[in-house]
Amino acid sequence: MPSLKDLRNRIAATKATQKITKAMQMVAASKLRRAQATAEAARPYASRMDTVLGNIAASVAALDNAPRLLRGTGSDQRHLLLVCTAERGLCGPFNSAIVRLARERAAALAAEGKEVKFFCVGRKGYDQLRRTFPRQIVEMVDLRSVRALHFEHAEGIAEKIVALFDKSEFDVCTLFFSRFRSVIAQVPTAQQIIPPVFEQKSTDALGGAIYEFEPEAEDILNDLLPRNLAVQIFHALLENAASFYGAQMSAMDNATRNAGDMIRRQTLFYNRTRQAMITKELIEIISGAEAL
Amino acid sequence: MAGLHFEFVSPENVLFSGDVDQVDLPGIEGDLGVLPGHAPMVTTLRPGVVTIIREGRREAVVVVGGFAEMGPAGLMVLADRAEAREDFDLQSLASDIKDAEEDVADCTDDAQRDKLVRRLDQLRALQAALAH
Repeated sequence: MPSLKDLRNRIAATKATQKITKAMQMVAASKLRRAQATAEAARPYASRMDTVLGNIAASVAALDNAPRLLRGTGSDQRHLLLVCTAERGLCGPFNSAIVRLARERAAALAAEGKEVKFFCVGRKGYDQLRRTFPRQIVEMVDLRSVRALHFEHAEGIAEKIVALFDKSEFDVCTLFFSRFRSVIAQVPTAQQIIPPVFEQKSTDALGGAIYEFEPEAEDILNDLLPRNLAVQIFHALLENAASFYGAQMSAMDNATRNAGDMIRRQTLFYNRTRQAMITKELIEIISGAEAL
Repeated sequence: MAGLHFEFVSPENVLFSGDVDQVDLPGIEGDLGVLPGHAPMVTTLRPGVVTIIREGRREAVVVVGGFAEMGPAGLMVLADRAEAREDFDLQSLASDIKDAEEDVADCTDDAQRDKLVRRLDQLRALQAALAH
């Protein structure tokens, strides 16, 4: 049977852990608020960009010389999965959920005889994917040292992807991230970014009118498509950041509650043991006195 | 005549959304004013000042690149970076110019250099326009 001192130490240790998880929860909550605001502020830009590009794409789709980034290579044999995860853990199933979605997609594609490669953003996803697909990871971007996420980071990633595309390393690129719906709901999402898929593809909205381009359509698209890529990635990273803090907050909230339960159980056990010891000592004293 | 529906967004936030009378844009091939019912058009923007005219008042916003789309739904400006003229930080523009100068100096590819030089000129023009 453990001594009373051991029990006291155990309770103290649990309390210390609870303090840490509680603090982490509060930090996550305050960071979440900011991350959520940024993510929500970035949504209109990303969605408008999508609409505008969709409109332009619909009006130049007929052209044969549409840029490759827009129309794709014409094949869907080789896939690049861009998996965005967090740099840190202690956030419940956040990272695993994204990785699982990517892994399922990879398995489905492999079953169809397609070639699959990975581009990891974030260390956690890399660590998990490395185990299953050690040879298929082409790139890995680490944002651990980044304190505040800026558009430039997304631009850097987009440049690398465009470079890979120009070298004809892949035909289709899909982005995996976690969409932030609420503090308790983060939805792992897959979005195809090369060639881009637009939600609405109607030229009817224009009433059959054709856009005038200044400068030429080709120049604009050549400028716009890489930028769109960066915008979509930036958007994904911001959603991810908000989701991460949301997930971490609920995970740490759970941990704090569990620690509370554990402390109650341990205290009960401690008191019981103490009582038993006192009773035992009393019995020893009384029976000793009676023996005299 | 109904007003022009105008949306002005940057990656960080929505700067303006609503009906206006006219918007002047710094297009890549020259400034242009947009009135309600403009023909569908897409243009890239050079660094410059966007002027929003609404109920006789003018509002100036500095943009550093981006593009504009005029469609049936109105005018949409997607700016890379945008700030109200009075909040605009001339220091950061100066450092952008310095970066651009260094990029030009380091550049070896001719086509690339042309692009960079053009961008540098645009930034300088913006600086000059804002200086007074």
